[in-house]
Amino acid sequence: MTRIHVTATVNGDPVEFLADPRETLLDCLRDHLGLTGSKEGCGTGDCGACSVQMDGVLVCSCLVLGVEAEGRSIDTIEGMATGGDLHPLQRKFIEHAALQCGFCTPGILVAARALLDQNPDPTEQEVRYWLAGNLCRCTGYDKIIRAVMDAAAELRGAA
Amino acid sequence: MAKDEIQRTYRLIGTRPDRPDGLDKVTGRARYGADVSAPGMLHGAVLRSPHAHARILRIDASKALALPGVKAVVTRADFPTGLTGEDWNLQENTIAGEVALYDGHAVAAVAATSRLIAQDALRLIAVDYEILPHVTDVDAAMRPDAPAIRPGAADHSVPEGLHPNVVKYIDFGHGDLEAGFAAADLVREQSYTTEATHQGYIEPHACLGQLGADGKGEMWVCTQGHWYIRRMAAAVLGIEAAQLRVTPSEIGGGFGGKTTIFIEPLALALSRKAGGRPVKMVMSRAEVFRATGPTASAAMKVRIGMKKDGTLTAGQAEFRMQGGAFPGAPVSSALYCAFASYAIPAVAHVGYDVLTNRPKCAAYRAPGSPMAAFAVESLIDEMCRELGLDPLEVRLKNAVREGTKSSYGPTYGPIGLVQSLQAAQAHPNLSVPLGPNQGRGVAAGFWFNHGGETSVSLAIGEDGTVTVSVGTPDIGGSRASIALMTAETLGIAYENVRVNVVETGALGVNEPTHGSRATFASGKAAVIAARHAIAEMCRRAAAAWGIDPEAVDWQDGAAVPAGPNAGKFPPMPIAEIAARMGSTGGPISGHHEVTAGGVGASFGVHVVDVEVDPETGRTTVLRYLVVQDAGRAIHPAYVEGQYQGGAAQGIGWALNEEYIHDAEGRLLNPVFLDYRVPVASDLPMIDTVIVEVPNPGHPYGVRGVGETGITPPLPALANAIAAATGARLRSLPMSPPKVLAAIRAQRGG
Repeated sequence: MTRIHVTATVNGDPVEFLADPRETLLDCLRDHLGLTGSKEGCGTGDCGACSVQMDGVLVCSCLVLGVEAEGRSIDTIEGMATGGDLHPLQRKFIEHAALQCGFCTPGILVAARALLDQNPDPTEQEVRYWLAGNLCRCTGYDKIIRAVMDAAAELRGAA
Repeated sequence: MAKDEIQRTYRLIGTRPDRPDGLDKVTGRARYGADVSAPGMLHGAVLRSPHAHARILRIDASKALALPGVKAVVTRADFPTGLTGEDWNLQENTIAGEVALYDGHAVAAVAATSRLIAQDALRLIAVDYEILPHVTDVDAAMRPDAPAIRPGAADHSVPEGLHPNVVKYIDFGHGDLEAGFAAADLVREQSYTTEATHQGYIEPHACLGQLGADGKGEMWVCTQGHWYIRRMAAAVLGIEAAQLRVTPSEIGGGFGGKTTIFIEPLALALSRKAGGRPVKMVMSRAEVFRATGPTASAAMKVRIGMKKDGTLTAGQAEFRMQGGAFPGAPVSSALYCAFASYAIPAVAHVGYDVLTNRPKCAAYRAPGSPMAAFAVESLIDEMCRELGLDPLEVRLKNAVREGTKSSYGPTYGPIGLVQSLQAAQAHPNLSVPLGPNQGRGVAAGFWFNHGGETSVSLAIGEDGTVTVSVGTPDIGGSRASIALMTAETLGIAYENVRVNVVETGALGVNEPTHGSRATFASGKAAVIAARHAIAEMCRRAAAAWGIDPEAVDWQDGAAVPAGPNAGKFPPMPIAEIAARMGSTGGPISGHHEVTAGGVGASFGVHVVDVEVDPETGRTTVLRYLVVQDAGRAIHPAYVEGQYQGGAAQGIGWALNEEYIHDAEGRLLNPVFLDYRVPVASDLPMIDTVIVEVPNPGHPYGVRGVGETGITPPLPALANAIAAATGARLRSLPMSPPKVLAAIRAQRGG
């Protein structure tokens, strides 16, 4: 199948790639751009391990076609830290032992950032419902929820 | 190890430092199975049987091979013949021979220059099948009219007259059963079923394999145990194990399901056929559900005798389990676990391992124990209610302790069931008042834990920092726990130890990270390796000081004279010894390899409060408590994580998860939307209490903690639902329609 030239911005950098029209944005990020931090756990939008933001909107990159990224701005886990400084969510995940195998972690961090962007002071229930689309099989979510709440508090300056 | 030594407090052990691999894992840098590529790499894909049981009449791959970009197709004809026993089972499960044995069984595999071409090529492979009668239910598979899946697969244990699908029979016990039941005031017998569930790790299986015509190969793979991958893949392919070098990726969950092979030999066979080009294979989620190892399903009958005061007098269990089209359902371990928590004068166990047309089961966290607990802990709860007894008090009255002869034979060393039950009784959750439609359930659980083949090396760097090489992949923080124990032993900073999970060429054979053994066994070997290095560093200091090596001690990361008679020398720190080691005798390292003994069993007690919606039958978990004996929590946060994760998986198993097959034996729910694991909004915070009864078989008292936690949730939820509704469910999952039906039946009755 003829490949289509796509121009986009990923983590603030201009990128170009050739996408087979059948390839997902996740495929393109991983296979064409070498950004393997976004993970494929299901390919059907059920697990959230591939979560990225597209023009600020949280999406499962396995449900977006690569060609749809044309002209868009994509933010992935690889762009979450600023230089050497981790985002507070990243730091809190390490501090709270909120990851075990770590495979769902990039998607959960991206999803949690999207939550805190629009709701800086979420309740535990709001965090749980927001992250209900991000499966974690290791932790039982307890430490993940605590880490997100703690990061939110720090970002509000209340920590 | 003296008891006072394992009960002392430590500088590092029991603290909660950041895990060494944390930064890589929160930045997306950590490399998992599918994250690595190689020059000249091809992409593999697998053609799978759409039938539950079908004879393969013909495979024609000519059209696929004619597709531009396709480089190789393999079928069973590309694998050696003559394998026997479990090697044959592994080969047959890797790729079907004459008969496809379950929906999703691999039939052919293709390698092409892109993933999309490989998938296109699958559609061009023509397979003619003769559909055979199938069976997926364990009890149906034992009936006389059931199709015989593999006649002749039964071992010598099976008595005559049973269906050929029964491939193993187990029968053991002790004590006078009749006298035991005669001594009881109440004898009850009930039947229970549990459906197969999947480990549900979020990372699908993935590997990158390369194999040349010279029989030399390499593999990058997500696995719990790369030596197992090496041995199994070599056997299936007929190559020499030492010629296959296997490197583990980071692993996105395993829970037992990544201790065996699935696509790995296919990648290697494709590579060999494609002139040695590396082949990457990544499973889809549907492939994971259809064709990797779920756990067994079980049908169980339990009979228990109890006195009016709660004393257990006799227990009898009959478990029938199917583990797919191959022997290996965890019947033995389920039976060993059935009454392991209690001192019962007479017990009898009978088990049947039965073939069905389902995928080959793999280990899943405490294999067999959750099913056994569901049956036994449910019935004990039911009898407590009938006699008006407190279920925790009854468990305390009968609990095994140090010196008790277990139901499965061995006599227990120091164990923490009594302490766990007492800690549960004392927990504030127990005094929270319950409202309408709410109920509280308790259950105990047990897992043996495992030591296993272990080889660890430790090397002192030129600056006095330390590298530890282990062979157990880090699934949940074991690098941190091993670094803590190593640093504690050497008297150096945690940050000065780096723990690497190394490839098969770097160490002797290591069993996988299974059996809750990584922190126990690799940790124990690392401590002993560190002691060897300490002994050598003391010798170097002794030589520098011109005194006897026996006169040197190791304190706080430095060699010191053992006493006033040894001489007066300032401490010689590890960094100073390391800086000079090249001129004082050469590199300093430590090594230890052993089949680790001294394993300590771990008991746990769970208490759950639920609310059941009487209109819908939906169960909401209001609060959850896990109490479990860790022996010693090296990094308590990751111990809590194991408790919480085990509880969450058990809650999923209890309430929602199940394999659902249609009339043709096809799996109906091979996606996470339909195979519903718990999500964040399904669960409350999961409270934990770490009980520490040190295990004398480990230098710091460690027991394994990974597996026990999945065991009590199944019965604890059933007991809580019974308390909330009066309806007793004896079949998992306790999904809303089943709970609703049980409530209605209760009202009707």
